[in-house]
Amino acid sequence: MDISSLSVKKIKQLIDSKNISTVELAGLYLDRIEQLNPQLNAFVTVDKDKTLSQAKQVDQLIAQGHSNALLGVPIAHKDIFCAKGWLTTCGSKMLANFVAPYDAHIIEEFNKSGAIILGKTNMDEFAMGSSNETSYFGLVKNPWDLTKVPGGSSGGSAAAVAARLAPLATATDTGGSIRQPAALCGISGLKPTYGYVSRYGMIAYASSLDQGGLMAPSAEDIAYGLNIMAGHDERDSTSVKREKEDFTAQLHHPIQGLRIGIPEEFFSEGLDSDVAQAVEQAIQELEKLGAVRVPLSLPNTSLSVPVYYVLAPAEASSNLSRFDGVRYGHRTQDYRDLIELYEKTRAEGFGAEVKRRILTGTYVLSRGYYDAYYLQAQRVRRLILQDYLRAFEQCDVILGPSTPTVAFGFNEKTSDPVSMYLSDIFTISVNLAGLPGLSIPVGFGKEHLPVGLQLIGPHFSEAKLLNAAHQYQLHTDWHQHLPAGIAGN
Amino acid sequence: MSLTDQEIKHLAKLARIHIEDTELSLLRDQLGKVFQLIDTLQAVDTTGIEPLSHSLALNQPLREDRVTEPNLRDVYQAVAPEVEKGLYIVPKVIE
Repeated sequence: MDISSLSVKKIKQLIDSKNISTVELAGLYLDRIEQLNPQLNAFVTVDKDKTLSQAKQVDQLIAQGHSNALLGVPIAHKDIFCAKGWLTTCGSKMLANFVAPYDAHIIEEFNKSGAIILGKTNMDEFAMGSSNETSYFGLVKNPWDLTKVPGGSSGGSAAAVAARLAPLATATDTGGSIRQPAALCGISGLKPTYGYVSRYGMIAYASSLDQGGLMAPSAEDIAYGLNIMAGHDERDSTSVKREKEDFTAQLHHPIQGLRIGIPEEFFSEGLDSDVAQAVEQAIQELEKLGAVRVPLSLPNTSLSVPVYYVLAPAEASSNLSRFDGVRYGHRTQDYRDLIELYEKTRAEGFGAEVKRRILTGTYVLSRGYYDAYYLQAQRVRRLILQDYLRAFEQCDVILGPSTPTVAFGFNEKTSDPVSMYLSDIFTISVNLAGLPGLSIPVGFGKEHLPVGLQLIGPHFSEAKLLNAAHQYQLHTDWHQHLPAGIAGN
Repeated sequence: MSLTDQEIKHLAKLARIHIEDTELSLLRDQLGKVFQLIDTLQAVDTTGIEPLSHSLALNQPLREDRVTEPNLRDVYQAVAPEVEKGLYIVPKVIE
Protein backbone atom coordinates (compact mmCIF):
# COMPACT_ATOMS: atom_id res chain seq x y z
CA MET A 1 0.00 0.00 0.00
CA ASP A 2 1.20 3.50 -0.84
CA ILE A 3 0.83 5.35 2.43
CA SER A 4 2.05 8.69 1.06
CA SER A 5 -1.44 9.71 -0.03
CA LEU A 6 -3.35 8.61 3.08
CA SER A 7 -5.51 11.16 4.84
CA VAL A 8 -6.74 10.76 8.40
CA LYS A 9 -10.25 10.21 7.04
CA LYS A 10 -9.03 7.49 4.67
CA ILE A 11 -7.06 5.80 7.46
CA LYS A 12 -10.16 5.75 9.64
CA GLN A 13 -12.10 4.11 6.80
CA LEU A 14 -9.38 1.50 6.18
CA ILE A 15 -9.21 0.62 9.87
CA ASP A 16 -12.99 0.64 10.37
CA SER A 17 -13.56 -1.61 7.35
CA LYS A 18 -10.76 -3.90 8.59
CA ASN A 19 -8.85 -3.47 5.32
CA ILE A 20 -5.72 -3.03 7.35
CA SER A 21 -4.84 -3.64 10.96
CA THR A 22 -3.37 -1.02 13.24
CA VAL A 23 -0.17 -3.05 13.58
CA GLU A 24 0.20 -3.37 9.80
CA LEU A 25 -0.36 0.32 9.23
CA ALA A 26 1.99 1.41 12.00
CA GLY A 27 4.55 -1.00 10.53
CA LEU A 28 4.29 0.67 7.12
CA TYR A 29 4.92 4.08 8.65
CA LEU A 30 7.82 2.76 10.74
CA ASP A 31 9.36 1.30 7.57
CA ARG A 32 9.01 4.61 5.77
CA ILE A 33 10.57 6.42 8.74
CA GLU A 34 13.45 3.94 8.75
CA GLN A 35 13.93 4.51 5.04
CA LEU A 36 13.69 8.32 4.92
CA ASN A 37 14.48 9.65 8.37
CA PRO A 38 18.26 9.22 8.09
CA GLN A 39 18.37 11.96 5.43
CA LEU A 40 15.74 14.21 7.03
CA ASN A 41 16.40 13.84 10.79
CA ALA A 42 12.76 14.70 11.41
CA PHE A 43 12.41 12.21 14.27
CA VAL A 44 14.74 12.25 17.27
CA THR A 45 13.21 9.19 18.91
CA VAL A 46 11.61 6.18 17.29
CA ASP A 47 10.84 3.10 19.37
CA LYS A 48 9.36 0.34 17.23
CA ASP A 49 8.57 -1.95 20.14
CA LYS A 50 6.63 0.74 21.97
CA THR A 51 4.75 1.76 18.85
CA LEU A 52 3.86 -1.78 17.84
CA SER A 53 2.82 -2.76 21.34
CA GLN A 54 0.47 0.24 21.48
CA ALA A 55 -0.84 -0.77 18.03
CA LYS A 56 -1.43 -4.34 19.22
CA GLN A 57 -3.48 -3.07 22.13
CA VAL A 58 -5.58 -0.98 19.79
CA ASP A 59 -6.10 -3.96 17.48
CA GLN A 60 -7.39 -5.89 20.48
CA LEU A 61 -9.82 -3.09 21.27
CA ILE A 62 -11.02 -3.16 17.67
CA ALA A 63 -11.44 -6.94 17.84
CA GLN A 64 -13.57 -6.45 20.95
CA GLY A 65 -15.80 -4.12 18.99
CA HIS A 66 -14.61 -0.84 20.50
CA SER A 67 -14.74 2.26 18.39
CA ASN A 68 -13.07 5.58 18.99
CA ALA A 69 -12.31 8.76 17.10
CA LEU A 70 -8.74 8.04 15.98
CA LEU A 71 -8.48 4.31 16.53
CA GLY A 72 -5.33 3.14 14.76
CA VAL A 73 -4.37 6.53 13.32
CA PRO A 74 -0.58 7.02 13.55
CA ILE A 75 0.65 10.33 14.94
CA ALA A 76 4.04 11.95 15.55
CA HIS A 77 4.53 14.13 18.62
CA LYS A 78 6.82 17.12 18.89
CA ASP A 79 9.50 16.38 21.46
CA ILE A 80 8.23 19.20 23.65
CA PHE A 81 5.31 17.07 24.91
CA CYS A 82 5.99 14.78 27.85
CA ALA A 83 4.99 11.23 26.93
CA LYS A 84 5.31 8.70 29.71
CA GLY A 85 8.24 6.35 29.18
CA TRP A 86 9.46 8.23 26.11
CA LEU A 87 12.60 10.34 25.94
CA THR A 88 11.39 13.95 25.98
CA THR A 89 14.34 16.19 25.10
CA CYS A 90 12.84 19.49 23.91
CA GLY A 91 15.75 19.58 21.46
CA SER A 92 18.20 20.29 24.28
CA LYS A 93 21.29 18.73 25.78
CA MET A 94 19.72 19.78 29.09
CA LEU A 95 17.05 17.10 28.67
CA ALA A 96 18.97 14.66 26.47
CA ASN A 97 18.43 11.87 29.01
CA PHE A 98 15.02 12.89 30.32
CA VAL A 99 12.42 10.12 30.20
CA ALA A 100 9.08 11.74 30.97
CA PRO A 101 7.45 10.26 34.09
CA TYR A 102 3.97 11.38 33.01
CA ASP A 103 1.84 12.21 29.97
CA ALA A 104 1.01 15.69 28.77
CA HIS A 105 -2.74 16.32 28.63
CA ILE A 106 -2.80 16.10 24.85
CA ILE A 107 -0.77 12.87 24.84
CA GLU A 108 -3.33 11.35 27.21
CA GLU A 109 -6.15 12.51 24.94
CA PHE A 110 -4.57 11.13 21.77
CA ASN A 111 -3.78 7.85 23.50
CA LYS A 112 -7.38 7.60 24.70
CA SER A 113 -8.63 8.29 21.17
CA GLY A 114 -6.72 5.24 19.92
CA ALA A 115 -4.00 7.13 18.02
CA ILE A 116 -0.63 5.38 17.75
CA ILE A 117 2.59 7.21 18.69
CA LEU A 118 5.14 6.87 15.85
CA GLY A 119 7.84 8.76 17.71
CA LYS A 120 9.06 12.16 18.86
CA THR A 121 10.03 14.86 16.39
CA ASN A 122 13.04 17.14 16.27
CA MET A 123 12.71 20.83 17.12
CA ASP A 124 14.63 23.98 17.88
CA GLU A 125 16.01 23.88 21.40
CA PHE A 126 13.20 24.73 23.84
CA ALA A 127 11.20 25.87 20.77
CA MET A 128 13.50 28.87 20.31
CA GLY A 129 14.26 29.19 16.64
CA SER A 130 12.79 29.55 13.18
CA SER A 131 14.94 27.10 11.23
CA ASN A 132 15.43 24.06 13.47
CA GLU A 133 19.15 24.90 13.49
CA THR A 134 19.28 25.33 17.27
CA SER A 135 18.41 21.67 18.01
CA TYR A 136 21.03 19.78 20.00
CA PHE A 137 20.16 16.77 17.86
CA GLY A 138 21.16 18.20 14.52
CA LEU A 139 19.58 19.91 11.54
CA VAL A 140 16.29 18.83 10.04
CA LYS A 141 16.31 18.92 6.23
CA ASN A 142 13.43 20.34 4.24
CA PRO A 143 12.03 17.42 2.19
CA TRP A 144 11.50 19.77 -0.78
CA ASP A 145 15.20 20.64 -0.93
CA LEU A 146 17.70 19.06 1.43
CA THR A 147 19.86 22.20 1.38
CA LYS A 148 17.04 24.31 2.86
CA VAL A 149 15.73 24.68 6.40
CA PRO A 150 12.32 23.21 7.26
CA GLY A 151 11.52 26.24 9.41
CA GLY A 152 11.05 26.07 13.13
CA SER A 153 10.63 25.50 15.86
CA SER A 154 8.41 22.56 14.88
CA GLY A 155 10.70 21.68 11.96
CA GLY A 156 10.74 17.96 12.71
CA SER A 157 6.95 17.63 12.73
CA ALA A 158 6.73 19.70 9.53
CA ALA A 159 9.34 17.65 7.68
CA ALA A 160 7.80 14.40 8.92
CA VAL A 161 4.37 15.35 7.58
CA ALA A 162 5.76 16.79 4.33
CA ALA A 163 7.62 13.53 3.65
CA ARG A 164 4.53 11.57 4.77
CA LEU A 165 6.40 9.87 7.57
CA ALA A 166 3.27 10.61 9.58
CA PRO A 167 -0.27 11.54 8.52
CA LEU A 168 -0.66 13.88 11.49
CA ALA A 169 1.73 15.52 13.93
CA THR A 170 1.45 17.64 17.03
CA ALA A 171 3.45 20.85 17.25
CA THR A 172 3.56 24.06 19.27
CA ASP A 173 3.51 27.72 18.30
CA THR A 174 4.77 30.64 20.43
CA GLY A 175 5.55 33.11 17.64
CA GLY A 176 4.94 31.09 14.48
CA SER A 177 6.50 27.72 15.25
CA ILE A 178 3.63 25.80 13.64
CA ARG A 179 2.63 28.10 10.79
CA GLN A 180 6.12 29.08 9.57
CA PRO A 181 7.49 25.51 9.21
CA ALA A 182 4.14 24.35 7.79
CA ALA A 183 4.48 27.05 5.12
CA LEU A 184 8.12 26.26 4.34
CA CYS A 185 7.36 22.53 4.08
CA GLY A 186 4.17 22.80 2.01
CA ILE A 187 1.70 21.40 4.54
CA SER A 188 -1.20 22.68 6.65
CA GLY A 189 -0.61 23.82 10.22
CA LEU A 190 -2.97 25.23 12.85
CA LYS A 191 -2.20 27.26 15.94
CA PRO A 192 -5.45 27.30 17.93
CA THR A 193 -6.75 30.14 20.08
CA TYR A 194 -4.65 30.64 23.20
CA GLY A 195 -6.15 28.55 25.98
CA TYR A 196 -7.98 26.08 23.73
CA VAL A 197 -5.36 23.34 24.03
CA SER A 198 -3.99 22.44 27.47
CA ARG A 199 -0.35 23.26 28.12
CA TYR A 200 -0.10 20.62 30.86
CA GLY A 201 3.00 18.54 30.16
CA MET A 202 4.10 20.80 27.31
CA ILE A 203 7.54 22.13 28.22
CA ALA A 204 7.14 25.87 28.75
CA TYR A 205 8.91 28.56 26.75
CA ALA A 206 6.73 31.71 26.95
CA SER A 207 3.60 30.75 28.83
CA SER A 208 1.35 33.63 27.77
CA LEU A 209 2.01 32.80 24.10
CA ASP A 210 2.70 29.03 23.91
CA GLN A 211 -0.04 27.01 22.27
CA GLY A 212 -0.18 23.41 21.10
CA GLY A 213 -1.56 22.66 17.65
CA LEU A 214 -1.36 20.36 14.67
CA MET A 215 0.24 19.75 11.32
CA ALA A 216 -1.06 17.54 8.51
CA PRO A 217 -1.37 17.62 4.74
CA SER A 218 -4.89 19.06 4.81
CA ALA A 219 -7.22 21.20 6.92
CA GLU A 220 -9.61 18.25 7.12
CA ASP A 221 -6.91 16.07 8.73
CA ILE A 222 -6.32 18.83 11.26
CA ALA A 223 -10.03 19.05 12.09
CA TYR A 224 -10.02 15.36 13.09
CA GLY A 225 -6.97 15.91 15.29
CA LEU A 226 -8.28 19.09 16.87
CA ASN A 227 -11.44 17.27 17.98
CA ILE A 228 -9.14 15.30 20.28
CA MET A 229 -6.67 18.01 21.22
CA ALA A 230 -8.92 20.96 22.10
CA GLY A 231 -10.76 20.95 25.37
CA HIS A 232 -10.73 21.97 28.99
CA ASP A 233 -8.10 20.69 31.41
CA GLU A 234 -8.07 21.95 34.97
CA ARG A 235 -4.35 21.26 35.30
CA ASP A 236 -3.65 24.27 33.05
CA SER A 237 -4.93 27.42 34.77
CA THR A 238 -5.26 29.20 31.41
CA SER A 239 -7.29 26.40 29.81
CA VAL A 240 -10.67 27.78 28.76
CA LYS A 241 -13.95 26.10 29.61
CA ARG A 242 -15.96 25.53 26.46
CA GLU A 243 -18.34 22.94 25.14
CA LYS A 244 -16.58 20.23 23.11
CA GLU A 245 -16.78 21.22 19.46
CA ASP A 246 -16.82 19.01 16.34
CA PHE A 247 -14.42 20.76 13.99
CA THR A 248 -15.37 18.52 11.06
CA ALA A 249 -19.03 19.58 11.18
CA GLN A 250 -18.63 22.90 9.34
CA LEU A 251 -16.02 21.81 6.81
CA HIS A 252 -18.52 21.38 4.01
CA HIS A 253 -20.28 24.71 4.38
CA PRO A 254 -20.01 26.93 1.31
CA ILE A 255 -17.93 30.09 1.81
CA GLN A 256 -20.18 32.29 -0.30
CA GLY A 257 -19.98 35.81 1.12
CA LEU A 258 -17.04 35.12 3.45
CA ARG A 259 -15.38 38.50 4.05
CA ILE A 260 -11.61 38.14 3.79
CA GLY A 261 -9.61 41.00 5.26
CA ILE A 262 -6.37 41.77 3.43
CA PRO A 263 -4.06 43.88 5.62
CA GLU A 264 -1.87 46.15 3.53
CA GLU A 265 1.00 45.70 6.03
CA PHE A 266 1.23 41.99 5.13
CA PHE A 267 1.91 42.81 1.49
CA SER A 268 4.47 45.55 1.90
CA GLU A 269 8.24 45.82 1.92
CA GLY A 270 10.12 42.63 2.71
CA LEU A 271 7.64 40.29 1.03
CA ASP A 272 9.22 38.34 -1.81
CA SER A 273 7.40 38.62 -5.13
CA ASP A 274 7.12 34.85 -5.65
CA VAL A 275 5.30 34.53 -2.32
CA ALA A 276 3.09 37.54 -3.07
CA GLN A 277 2.12 36.06 -6.43
CA ALA A 278 1.12 32.65 -5.09
CA VAL A 279 -0.91 34.26 -2.31
CA GLU A 280 -2.67 36.58 -4.77
CA GLN A 281 -3.65 33.58 -6.91
CA ALA A 282 -5.07 31.88 -3.84
CA ILE A 283 -7.14 34.96 -3.01
CA GLN A 284 -8.56 34.89 -6.54
CA GLU A 285 -9.39 31.21 -6.11
CA LEU A 286 -11.24 32.01 -2.88
CA GLU A 287 -13.08 34.83 -4.66
CA LYS A 288 -14.24 32.30 -7.26
CA LEU A 289 -15.74 30.35 -4.37
CA GLY A 290 -17.70 33.41 -3.33
CA ALA A 291 -15.38 35.06 -0.80
CA VAL A 292 -15.17 38.84 -0.78
CA ARG A 293 -11.95 40.81 -0.46
CA VAL A 294 -11.89 43.56 2.19
CA PRO A 295 -8.78 45.77 2.18
CA LEU A 296 -7.81 46.87 5.68
CA SER A 297 -4.92 47.93 7.88
CA LEU A 298 -3.16 46.47 10.93
CA PRO A 299 -0.99 49.51 11.59
CA ASN A 300 1.07 48.07 14.46
CA THR A 301 2.22 44.92 12.64
CA SER A 302 5.86 45.96 12.48
CA LEU A 303 5.95 46.37 16.27
CA SER A 304 5.00 42.74 16.87
CA VAL A 305 8.56 41.44 16.48
CA PRO A 306 10.14 43.83 19.04
CA VAL A 307 7.22 43.26 21.45
CA TYR A 308 7.71 39.52 21.14
CA TYR A 309 11.45 39.74 21.76
CA VAL A 310 10.79 41.50 25.04
CA LEU A 311 7.91 39.38 26.32
CA ALA A 312 8.95 35.90 25.16
CA PRO A 313 12.53 36.11 26.53
CA ALA A 314 11.20 37.59 29.78
CA GLU A 315 8.87 34.65 30.25
CA ALA A 316 11.55 32.22 29.08
CA SER A 317 14.11 33.52 31.57
CA SER A 318 11.65 32.71 34.31
CA ASN A 319 10.40 29.38 32.91
CA LEU A 320 13.86 28.02 32.20
CA SER A 321 15.14 28.76 35.69
CA ARG A 322 13.78 25.32 36.60
CA PHE A 323 16.67 23.70 34.76
CA ASP A 324 19.18 23.77 37.57
CA GLY A 325 20.76 20.31 37.57
CA VAL A 326 18.99 19.29 40.75
CA ARG A 327 15.66 17.63 39.96
CA TYR A 328 16.04 16.38 36.40
CA GLY A 329 18.11 16.77 33.29
CA HIS A 330 21.79 17.51 32.84
CA ARG A 331 24.13 18.10 35.78
CA THR A 332 27.72 19.25 35.35
CA GLN A 333 30.49 16.87 36.47
CA ASP A 334 32.68 19.10 38.64
CA TYR A 335 31.55 21.85 40.94
CA ARG A 336 32.73 23.38 44.18
CA ASP A 337 29.45 24.75 45.47
CA LEU A 338 25.77 25.11 44.63
CA ILE A 339 26.14 28.31 42.62
CA GLU A 340 28.85 26.76 40.48
CA LEU A 341 26.67 23.68 40.00
CA TYR A 342 23.90 25.90 38.63
CA GLU A 343 26.15 28.08 36.49
CA LYS A 344 28.12 25.26 34.88
CA THR A 345 25.08 23.01 34.44
CA ARG A 346 23.25 25.76 32.60
CA ALA A 347 26.32 26.80 30.59
CA GLU A 348 26.76 23.22 29.38
CA GLY A 349 23.10 22.29 29.04
CA PHE A 350 21.80 25.27 27.05
CA GLY A 351 22.75 26.23 23.50
CA ALA A 352 23.65 29.73 22.30
CA GLU A 353 20.16 30.88 21.24
CA VAL A 354 18.59 29.77 24.51
CA LYS A 355 21.29 31.55 26.53
CA ARG A 356 20.83 34.70 24.47
CA ARG A 357 17.08 34.73 25.14
CA ILE A 358 17.53 34.04 28.85
CA LEU A 359 20.01 36.93 29.08
CA THR A 360 17.67 39.22 27.12
CA GLY A 361 14.80 38.27 29.41
CA THR A 362 16.90 38.76 32.51
CA TYR A 363 17.79 42.23 31.29
CA VAL A 364 14.29 43.42 30.46
CA LEU A 365 13.00 42.22 33.82
CA SER A 366 15.80 43.71 35.86
CA ARG A 367 15.46 46.67 38.19
CA GLY A 368 15.37 49.96 36.34
CA TYR A 369 14.38 48.42 32.99
CA TYR A 370 11.13 46.65 33.81
CA ASP A 371 8.92 49.68 33.09
CA ALA A 372 10.80 50.81 30.03
CA TYR A 373 10.89 47.41 28.35
CA TYR A 374 8.48 44.92 29.84
CA LEU A 375 5.52 47.17 30.63
CA GLN A 376 5.98 49.17 27.44
CA ALA A 377 5.95 45.93 25.43
CA GLN A 378 2.76 44.84 27.19
CA ARG A 379 1.14 48.18 26.31
CA VAL A 380 2.07 47.79 22.65
CA ARG A 381 0.75 44.24 22.86
CA ARG A 382 -2.65 45.73 23.65
CA LEU A 383 -2.40 48.04 20.63
CA ILE A 384 -1.77 44.97 18.46
CA LEU A 385 -4.80 43.15 19.89
CA GLN A 386 -6.93 46.28 19.33
CA ASP A 387 -5.83 46.38 15.67
CA TYR A 388 -7.19 42.88 15.21
CA LEU A 389 -10.43 43.46 17.11
CA ARG A 390 -11.11 46.52 14.95
CA ALA A 391 -10.29 44.59 11.80
CA PHE A 392 -12.74 41.81 12.69
CA GLU A 393 -15.55 44.36 12.73
CA GLN A 394 -15.08 44.57 8.95
CA CYS A 395 -14.24 40.97 8.02
CA ASP A 396 -14.68 37.33 9.06
CA VAL A 397 -11.10 36.19 8.56
CA ILE A 398 -7.80 37.89 7.79
CA LEU A 399 -5.55 36.54 5.07
CA GLY A 400 -1.90 37.06 4.23
CA PRO A 401 1.32 35.21 3.48
CA SER A 402 2.54 32.98 6.34
CA THR A 403 6.16 33.96 5.74
CA PRO A 404 7.91 36.70 3.76
CA THR A 405 10.07 34.21 1.82
CA VAL A 406 10.16 30.56 0.86
CA ALA A 407 12.53 28.23 2.74
CA PHE A 408 16.04 29.66 3.13
CA GLY A 409 19.40 27.89 3.25
CA PHE A 410 21.26 26.54 6.26
CA ASN A 411 23.46 29.11 8.07
CA GLU A 412 21.93 31.92 6.03
CA LYS A 413 20.50 33.64 9.11
CA THR A 414 22.33 32.11 12.06
CA SER A 415 24.92 34.85 12.53
CA ASP A 416 22.36 37.65 12.82
CA PRO A 417 19.59 36.69 15.26
CA VAL A 418 17.40 39.62 14.21
CA SER A 419 17.29 38.53 10.56
CA MET A 420 16.12 35.12 11.79
CA TYR A 421 13.52 36.74 14.07
CA LEU A 422 12.07 38.70 11.15
CA SER A 423 11.11 35.49 9.34
CA ASP A 424 8.21 35.36 11.81
CA ILE A 425 6.96 38.88 11.03
CA PHE A 426 3.54 37.67 9.82
CA THR A 427 2.93 35.09 12.51
CA ILE A 428 4.03 36.71 15.78
CA SER A 429 1.20 39.24 16.15
CA VAL A 430 -1.31 36.36 16.10
CA ASN A 431 0.27 34.88 19.26
CA LEU A 432 0.40 38.28 20.94
CA ALA A 433 -3.35 38.65 20.31
CA GLY A 434 -4.06 35.00 21.23
CA LEU A 435 -5.87 34.35 17.93
CA PRO A 436 -6.09 31.14 15.90
CA GLY A 437 -3.95 31.03 12.75
CA LEU A 438 -3.90 28.42 10.00
CA SER A 439 -1.24 28.08 7.32
CA ILE A 440 -2.05 26.15 4.14
CA PRO A 441 0.05 25.46 1.05
CA VAL A 442 -0.96 27.57 -1.96
CA GLY A 443 1.65 26.82 -4.59
CA PHE A 444 5.34 27.21 -5.22
CA GLY A 445 7.80 30.06 -5.39
CA LYS A 446 11.39 30.21 -6.52
CA GLU A 447 13.34 26.93 -6.81
CA HIS A 448 9.99 25.10 -6.60
CA LEU A 449 9.77 25.72 -2.84
CA PRO A 450 6.34 25.78 -1.17
CA VAL A 451 4.47 28.98 -0.32
CA GLY A 452 2.09 29.16 2.64
CA LEU A 453 -0.96 31.33 3.13
CA GLN A 454 -2.17 32.25 6.59
CA LEU A 455 -5.79 32.61 7.66
CA ILE A 456 -6.34 34.40 10.97
CA GLY A 457 -9.69 34.49 12.73
CA PRO A 458 -11.29 35.89 15.88
CA HIS A 459 -10.80 33.94 19.12
CA PHE A 460 -12.32 30.44 18.86
CA SER A 461 -13.03 30.64 15.12
CA GLU A 462 -11.02 27.47 14.32
CA ALA A 463 -14.02 25.81 12.67
CA LYS A 464 -14.42 28.80 10.35
CA LEU A 465 -10.72 28.81 9.38
CA LEU A 466 -10.73 25.06 8.74
CA ASN A 467 -13.93 25.43 6.70
CA ALA A 468 -12.43 28.11 4.44
CA ALA A 469 -9.20 26.12 4.03
CA HIS A 470 -11.08 22.90 3.32
CA GLN A 471 -13.20 24.56 0.64
CA TYR A 472 -10.02 25.89 -0.97
CA GLN A 473 -8.42 22.45 -0.77
CA LEU A 474 -11.47 20.81 -2.38
CA HIS A 475 -10.84 23.00 -5.42
CA THR A 476 -7.03 22.91 -5.52
CA ASP A 477 -4.45 20.19 -5.03
CA TRP A 478 -1.42 22.00 -3.57
CA HIS A 479 -1.79 20.07 -0.32
CA GLN A 480 -1.44 16.80 -2.23
CA HIS A 481 1.86 17.61 -3.92
CA LEU A 482 4.77 15.53 -2.71
CA PRO A 483 8.44 16.47 -2.69
CA ALA A 484 10.31 14.84 -5.59
CA GLY A 485 12.30 11.82 -4.54
CA ILE A 486 10.04 10.91 -1.64
CA ALA A 487 6.85 10.15 -3.52
CA GLY A 488 5.45 6.64 -3.26
CA ASN A 489 7.16 3.80 -1.49
CA MET B 1 21.94 50.63 23.15
CA SER B 2 24.83 48.26 23.65
CA LEU B 3 25.95 46.39 26.71
CA THR B 4 29.42 46.47 28.23
CA ASP B 5 31.27 43.25 29.00
CA GLN B 6 30.72 44.04 32.66
CA GLU B 7 26.96 44.28 32.16
CA ILE B 8 26.84 41.02 30.23
CA LYS B 9 28.76 39.26 32.99
CA HIS B 10 26.36 40.68 35.54
CA LEU B 11 23.35 39.45 33.55
CA ALA B 12 24.92 36.02 33.23
CA LYS B 13 25.44 35.97 36.97
CA LEU B 14 21.80 36.85 37.59
CA ALA B 15 20.72 34.14 35.13
CA ARG B 16 23.11 31.61 36.69
CA ILE B 17 24.83 30.86 33.40
CA HIS B 18 28.61 30.67 33.37
CA ILE B 19 30.13 32.46 30.39
CA GLU B 20 33.75 32.42 29.27
CA ASP B 21 35.54 35.67 28.44
CA THR B 22 35.99 34.32 24.90
CA GLU B 23 32.21 34.29 24.42
CA LEU B 24 31.79 37.96 25.31
CA SER B 25 32.48 39.63 22.00
CA LEU B 26 29.99 37.54 20.03
CA LEU B 27 27.37 37.90 22.76
CA ARG B 28 27.92 41.67 22.87
CA ASP B 29 27.43 41.88 19.12
CA GLN B 30 24.33 39.68 19.00
CA LEU B 31 22.66 41.07 22.10
CA GLY B 32 23.39 44.54 20.70
CA LYS B 33 21.33 43.70 17.61
CA VAL B 34 18.49 42.33 19.72
CA PHE B 35 18.44 45.44 21.90
CA GLN B 36 18.49 47.65 18.84
CA LEU B 37 15.35 45.82 17.71
CA ILE B 38 13.51 46.08 21.01
CA ASP B 39 14.56 49.68 21.54
CA THR B 40 12.25 50.65 18.66
CA LEU B 41 9.40 50.27 21.15
CA GLN B 42 10.57 53.33 23.03
CA ALA B 43 9.30 55.58 20.26
CA VAL B 44 5.70 54.33 20.52
CA ASP B 45 3.25 56.59 22.32
CA THR B 46 1.37 54.36 24.75
CA THR B 47 -0.09 57.05 26.96
CA GLY B 48 -3.28 55.79 28.57
CA ILE B 49 -2.86 52.23 27.29
CA GLU B 50 -3.10 49.50 29.93
CA PRO B 51 -0.47 46.75 29.76
CA LEU B 52 -1.84 43.47 28.35
CA SER B 53 -0.39 40.41 30.06
CA HIS B 54 -2.75 37.97 28.48
CA SER B 55 -4.87 37.92 25.34
CA LEU B 56 -8.01 36.57 26.98
CA ALA B 57 -9.57 38.12 30.04
CA LEU B 58 -9.40 35.06 32.26
CA ASN B 59 -10.10 34.81 35.94
CA GLN B 60 -7.85 32.83 38.18
CA PRO B 61 -9.62 29.48 38.44
CA LEU B 62 -10.12 28.12 41.93
CA ARG B 63 -10.78 24.58 43.02
CA GLU B 64 -11.66 22.78 46.19
CA ASP B 65 -8.73 22.14 48.51
CA ARG B 66 -8.57 18.37 48.26
CA VAL B 67 -5.84 15.86 47.47
CA THR B 68 -5.93 14.97 43.78
CA GLU B 69 -2.43 13.63 43.17
CA PRO B 70 -1.09 10.34 44.49
CA ASN B 71 2.41 10.29 45.98
CA LEU B 72 4.71 9.63 43.03
CA ARG B 73 7.94 10.76 44.63
CA ASP B 74 9.92 7.73 43.56
CA VAL B 75 8.75 8.03 39.96
CA TYR B 76 9.65 11.69 39.79
CA GLN B 77 12.98 11.22 41.52
CA ALA B 78 13.97 8.43 39.15
CA VAL B 79 15.01 11.13 36.64
CA ALA B 80 17.00 13.21 39.15
CA PRO B 81 20.79 13.42 38.90
CA GLU B 82 21.34 12.52 42.56
CA VAL B 83 18.90 11.49 45.28
CA GLU B 84 19.24 9.77 48.61
CA LYS B 85 16.43 8.53 50.87
CA GLY B 86 13.92 10.59 48.95
CA LEU B 87 15.97 13.77 49.10
CA TYR B 88 17.58 15.70 46.26
CA ILE B 89 21.32 15.93 46.90
CA VAL B 90 23.14 19.24 46.32
CA PRO B 91 26.49 20.55 47.55
CA LYS B 92 26.55 21.76 51.11
CA VAL B 93 24.92 25.21 51.36
CA ILE B 94 25.36 25.92 55.09
CA GLU B 95 28.61 25.18 56.89
